[in-house]
Amino acid sequence: MLILTCPCCGVTGEETEFHAGGEAHLKRFGPGSSEDQFEEYLFMRENPKGVHFERWRHVNGCGKWFHAARNTMTLEVYGTYSAQTHTPPQDLRDRISEKVPGWSWREFQ
Amino acid sequence: MKRYSAFAIAREAARHHTGWDRAWRDAQPKKKYDVIIVGAGGHGLATAFYLGKNFGITNVAILEKGWLGGGNTGRNTTIIRSNYLQDPSAAIYEKSRSLYETMSQDLNYNVMFSPRGVIMLAQTQHEVRGYLRTAHANALQGVKTEFIGPARVKELVPIINIDGPRYPVLGGLYQARGGTARHDAVAWGYARACSDMGMDVIQRCEVTGVRTEGGKVTGVDTSRGPIDCDKLGGVVAGHSGHLCDMAGFRLPIESVALQALVSEPIKPCMDVVVMANTVHGYMSQSDKGEMVIGGGTDGYNNYTQRGSFHHIEETVRALVETFPMVSRLKMLRQWGGIVDVTGDRSPILSKTPVEGMFINCGWGTGGFKAIPGSGWAMAELMAKGHSPLTDEFSMHRFREGKFIDESVAAGVAH
Repeated sequence: MLILTCPCCGVTGEETEFHAGGEAHLKRFGPGSSEDQFEEYLFMRENPKGVHFERWRHVNGCGKWFHAARNTMTLEVYGTYSAQTHTPPQDLRDRISEKVPGWSWREFQ
Repeated sequence: MKRYSAFAIAREAARHHTGWDRAWRDAQPKKKYDVIIVGAGGHGLATAFYLGKNFGITNVAILEKGWLGGGNTGRNTTIIRSNYLQDPSAAIYEKSRSLYETMSQDLNYNVMFSPRGVIMLAQTQHEVRGYLRTAHANALQGVKTEFIGPARVKELVPIINIDGPRYPVLGGLYQARGGTARHDAVAWGYARACSDMGMDVIQRCEVTGVRTEGGKVTGVDTSRGPIDCDKLGGVVAGHSGHLCDMAGFRLPIESVALQALVSEPIKPCMDVVVMANTVHGYMSQSDKGEMVIGGGTDGYNNYTQRGSFHHIEETVRALVETFPMVSRLKMLRQWGGIVDVTGDRSPILSKTPVEGMFINCGWGTGGFKAIPGSGWAMAELMAKGHSPLTDEFSMHRFREGKFIDESVAAGVAH
């Protein structure tokens, strides 16, 4: 059972209070984009064994979307942060680096 | 290989069972093979078996990081059916189901195929329409299924509660020649037959890298040293993304946990497989008497082979409503497997951007039923470069928009 803290309302709850929303920081592409870009955006996923950044929604709570950093091999939650950002915050990335030296996820590390 | 038979049992009984051979050799890796298959689960072993049987390619190694059949092959709920909506799906799943019919004879290994019938319950008007459409599609595809009414459902499954209250049973899609098989035996039977053809089944040999030269695969690095090959088949289910990352390309796949559980053994009470997809639960009774239960997947990426407890509660809650008698059962064991799910819930059997490397993955929540058909098609793809069964399942179908959309059509609890 994952335990997550919603950064929007500050409530800490079990995963039944939240709903997983898939990979975070996807680059969206609209009309005029190439087929490669559409395929990347719509279907290709990182799906890493290890550090993963993903979207969650506090469905049985404040209803807001947020981001979480989590490990898919250990189920450890490193932290949650605002959805209004294109990159994971530096202090969170530093915390992950202490536990998983040399990790990388897409262009972040 | 000594054949298994009633005579062999009598012979061995007379000499204290001292004459049984190992089912397969404990092979050591050679320097080079014509073909390396990564993953000794059902799909990987079946691929190797049909490479040998149908195409005479026997200089083959099957590499397994853990033990044979210890992944999803040994973790599923053993359901076999082929009542899919889309033509390419029906073709490969029906090929598979038909191969199960004679698998015990073909492999000289009892896989306990039991065509006891599979019912997918329709519990909403939407599902009734959906399954009628599937039944019509199956008629055109030559897959024998029928839509049956609630009275016939009750006749086939006396323990079911068809009156609701929330979701009354309005009918069901019934495939009489669907059923179950012994999942471990499928892997063991294929491994024994592959070993008998001279192939090397190598356990505890983890692939750590894919070696390429000029865009062409030349071999793999493993925990037991490098091994060269001309062709490489990746058949590693939930870990496919990881393997393809080593080869330098990406897959449209996400890995999530799917759980199953079994009850204490009870007397025979249900001799068909029942799937209730609206409420997310399915159940059959094993030969040992245990009720074998499965449900939906977890919602987030996971490689840990364990899932969330609340999903078990949801599954059991749904089944208690449909089968009131299971409320008194104690559950004995619960486990999880990592399933590889694609955007359209259909598998990928495909060439890859790396020449000579092929992948077979994305079977998601329904791979066991497909083992022989998948192996048959993958072997043809690897030997000849194409197969009529795999043409539609290319990894590039997503960019082309040519989905084989079973995400809703299959009516499966994903």
